[in-house]
Amino acid sequence: MPKDGGIGASSKRREDIRFLTGEGNYTDDINLRGQAYVHFLRSDIAHGTIKSIDTAAAAGMPGVVRVFTGTDFEGVGTIPCGWQVTDRHGEVMQEPAHPILAQGKVRHVGEPVAAVVADSPEQARDAAEAIVLDIDELPAVVDMKDALKDGATKVHDDLNNNLCYDWGFVEENKDAVTKAFEDAAHVTSLELVNNRLVANPMEPRVAVGDYARGTDESTLYTTSQNPHVIRLLMGAFVLGIPEHKLRVVAPDVGGGFGTKIFHYQEEAFCTFAAKACNRPVKWTSSRSEAFISDAHGRDHVTKIELALDADNNFTALRTETHANMGAYLSTFAPSVPTWLHGTLMAGNYKTPLIYVNVKAVFTNTVPVDAYRGAGRPEATFQLERVVDKAARELGVDPIALRRQNFITEFPYATPVAVEYDTGDYHGTMDKLEEMGDFSGFAARRAESEKNGKLRGLGVNCYIEACGIAPSNLVGQLGARAGLYESATVRVNATGGLVVMTGSHSHGQGHETSFAQVVAEMIGIDENMIEIVHGDTANTPMGMGTYGSRSIAVGGSAMVRATEKIINKAKKIASHLLEASEADIELKDGAFSVAGTDKSVAWGDVTLAAYVPHNYPLEDIEPGLEETAFYDPSNFTYPSGAYACEVEVDPDTGKVTIERFAAADDFGNIINPMIVTGQVHGGIAQGIGQALLENCAYDDNGQLLSASYMDYAMPRADDLPMFSVDHSSQTPCTHNPLGVKGCGEAGAIGSPPAVVNAVVDALQSAGKDVTHVDMPLSPDRVWAAMNG
Amino acid sequence: MYNFDVVRPSRIADAVKELSDSTESQPLGGGQTLIPTLKQRLASPEKLVSVAGIDEMQGVCKGDDGSVCIGGATTHATVAAEAGNYPALAATASHIGDPAVRNRGTIGGSLANNDPSACYPAAALASGATIKTNTREIAADDYFQGMFTTALDEGEIITEVRFPVPEKANYQKFVQPASRFALVGVFVAKYADGVRVAITGASNDGVFRWTEAEAALSSNFSADAIDGLSLSGDDMISDLHGTGDYRAHLCGVMTKRAVAAAV
Ligand SMILES: Cc1cc2nc3c(=O)[nH]c(=O)nc-3n(C[C@H](O)[C@H](O)[C@H](O)COP(=O)(O)OP(=O)(O)OC[C@H]3O[C@@H](n4cnc5c(N)ncnc54)[C@H](O)[C@@H]3O)c2cc1C
Repeated sequence: MPKDGGIGASSKRREDIRFLTGEGNYTDDINLRGQAYVHFLRSDIAHGTIKSIDTAAAAGMPGVVRVFTGTDFEGVGTIPCGWQVTDRHGEVMQEPAHPILAQGKVRHVGEPVAAVVADSPEQARDAAEAIVLDIDELPAVVDMKDALKDGATKVHDDLNNNLCYDWGFVEENKDAVTKAFEDAAHVTSLELVNNRLVANPMEPRVAVGDYARGTDESTLYTTSQNPHVIRLLMGAFVLGIPEHKLRVVAPDVGGGFGTKIFHYQEEAFCTFAAKACNRPVKWTSSRSEAFISDAHGRDHVTKIELALDADNNFTALRTETHANMGAYLSTFAPSVPTWLHGTLMAGNYKTPLIYVNVKAVFTNTVPVDAYRGAGRPEATFQLERVVDKAARELGVDPIALRRQNFITEFPYATPVAVEYDTGDYHGTMDKLEEMGDFSGFAARRAESEKNGKLRGLGVNCYIEACGIAPSNLVGQLGARAGLYESATVRVNATGGLVVMTGSHSHGQGHETSFAQVVAEMIGIDENMIEIVHGDTANTPMGMGTYGSRSIAVGGSAMVRATEKIINKAKKIASHLLEASEADIELKDGAFSVAGTDKSVAWGDVTLAAYVPHNYPLEDIEPGLEETAFYDPSNFTYPSGAYACEVEVDPDTGKVTIERFAAADDFGNIINPMIVTGQVHGGIAQGIGQALLENCAYDDNGQLLSASYMDYAMPRADDLPMFSVDHSSQTPCTHNPLGVKGCGEAGAIGSPPAVVNAVVDALQSAGKDVTHVDMPLSPDRVWAAMNG
Repeated sequence: MYNFDVVRPSRIADAVKELSDSTESQPLGGGQTLIPTLKQRLASPEKLVSVAGIDEMQGVCKGDDGSVCIGGATTHATVAAEAGNYPALAATASHIGDPAVRNRGTIGGSLANNDPSACYPAAALASGATIKTNTREIAADDYFQGMFTTALDEGEIITEVRFPVPEKANYQKFVQPASRFALVGVFVAKYADGVRVAITGASNDGVFRWTEAEAALSSNFSADAIDGLSLSGDDMISDLHGTGDYRAHLCGVMTKRAVAAAV
């Protein structure tokens, strides 16, 4: 019987009512009295020296409040990077300054060079066109391998070269890995590209800066996944505003997918300019601007090698990746190809020796940072592709080869520094075989062939690491932030609750699922609980939402705070019931004395807390409000097995996805419907990456796919009905809910399934194709077939 | 966008007059191409002369010679719904863009724009259509003059397009994955006096007729008839979505499919 409330119920998303009826409050809906608008003049040259910026004409244009250039920001901080990676030689990464407006040089198409604040957006834009910009064009650095050659043009003149860092992991294993390869019975190697992507959330970025002269307080409204992080980074490192004088509000946010984690120049600009102009300053990104200013994702070029013994056991894995950082280090960019990627290279397999080398490279392109999955899709893709290739080379069943090498005993310490607490990889694979109807595949393939189509089946596994933690460990790894989460639970006198969480919801449905958890713990209706997030003025310091961390870390903080509430409420109840606290039980919203019929309702206890007439004032304070900070002891490790069936039109190379099945293990599930939705969205994005999305630059550093005319987003008719299951559940052992996180799984698990399926289809037609780089657009597949 | 004025005349003559008043004026059809161009500030007309309110330019009717006549301001959605006498043409219109685009975009706007990847140019050229303007009638063979280039003079308005109805026809559109315009689109039309094959999306010179295929199909209207024929990819569009050679290959594939599907 499906539950109708609490943990495990598919409660309808309460936030959808306002989103679907146009009642959402997005940043662009915020308009302040006397607000001015900023238009950024962005470089249309990828690399060049700024000779002069003549703003005289612009400054005199109608409605112009003020024109800013880089010189206005001398003495102001630069955009900080939140993670410092130490390389394999013990050196810290090269970290260039990242100015709010370009200083001296432009380094990518889209970099803001000047900004016009005016009474209307049109006037700001008109004036920006009147700015005369003289830039001496320099050769653009686009290809990562060229960027590392001796004598290559430098993106940053003050750095030694274009190498941000050369990271080795685990460096001590390097020689042992080399030896294992020498001893291997079989080695499979593969070179591949993990294609650069543009996140494209439905809502483009927006920032509104406001300044109150009377109180010297600044407020920034922004499209962010983590307002407290922005407050800390911008306040402390860029503008020098103490946190008690700075409020950051991220109201309803229309999708983030990672790209709204980071602190951007436009946020700092609007906050700064609001004070400088003494007027609120608003910026709303156009879609065209988003393509050249939102941090991009992925962009890895990798060589991976897998060593096997004579019995097909994996004995060692070795990878070499070039990871594109773009022109500047975005907030978490350095962590993505390293700690979020290298630590996942064991995947679901007991490969005993692993060595990962990553060279992070500066280029004259938009900065690259975390995008749904962040490092884990890159790890999964290469691993699951090379395992598939090995199976084909060895002539063994790809599923059997995987099963043979599965990790089966938990906890399991991988050779890449992490310890998986739980998992059941055979369990999800069993489920997948059932859902995917693999035994019917041969008949389906025959049917496709009758219609002149090739059919392929691709399978893969994945492992994810969510809720990166604990803070003291990530600090050692170079994080310049903690990775705990917080919650304040405020119970009102009449029994309703407000949970103020440091997590942020921008599509994930926290307002619904978080309420379900508290409802379950107390035994009251979900509608008695309100979830508040997104405003530093009314939530405790939190780290926000990314990396599938919210229920595992934010949910845990909320559980801890609610436990404190319940403990205190029990004390009050024991007083009211004149019974020993140890005998008080909470069930279905009432406190009772064990073994008796004496009870007091939740609402009576909460009322007593705030109207403490009959109350143990000598023992406990009035009121019912508690805060908890939760710092996990480990990551959580969701896992799963995915299958994709494709048809390929041999005449055109067009791939269509015919079936897609996902068997996930997310541990315990709070709201199955929301989880299914998260998996659907993730798969759609993964298929988008695999088949459609291609963020491409030309040799001059011009973005070729700079609009939806050339950048293909997945649409409903590109996708089949998904078959999704999350009944395999091995609960996390170290958080109170036993939850693991589900936000990124779909995007992590799906690309290799698609590519494996296409390779299977092409090989079924006798084509000697072992790999095709994503996106598998028709022209690429056709070219691969006609080699 | 820069500022501009909009006028909405109700007669062709008034529209022509509005357009001749100033050289900085431009006709506005459905705005599906022009408005995005203005938003990007890539054009700055002083005045837009909307033809949407001109009744004489609306709708689908049947000419005395049996041809299908479409008013220059008729939307793609209307053609899709009402050009049943020419099923391949109605089908072509029904696959242009999305519902929003079809409910506003017009045949006159599409042909005037002559995007190298647009669908109507292939239909008009393969059908040997006649493009009627406020001053003259232009045969499709003379009308298309390369990417975004046509025989239209400044201020000239497409008032009607007349399509002779073929015995059989079909349009095969292989979509570019992002824009869903034609990466290659082939319109094949079989008339009593021969077959015409027009290809869009492929060539650097815009829509063109594949005369070798026309000759082969005129003597044998079957997909096999074009076996062995091929186009060179050298002058074809080469971009993110496909090389010239790939497009040349698709021309053959889509032509065969159009022949096989022609009704
Ligand atoms: C998302 C999207 C998808 C699309 N997909 C396709 C597709 O798959 N296939 C396809 O073929 N097209 C596609 N289009 C283009 C669409 O068909 C446009 O409607 C068409 O190209 C222009 O028609 P319009 O009426 O909107 O013209 P407008 O945008 O109003 O005008 C275009 C040009 O024609 C001129 N003009 C307009 N009407 C006349 C007239 N009667 N006489 C003379 N000049 C005139 C204008 O001055 C302007 O220069 C798409 C457009 C969009 C936005």
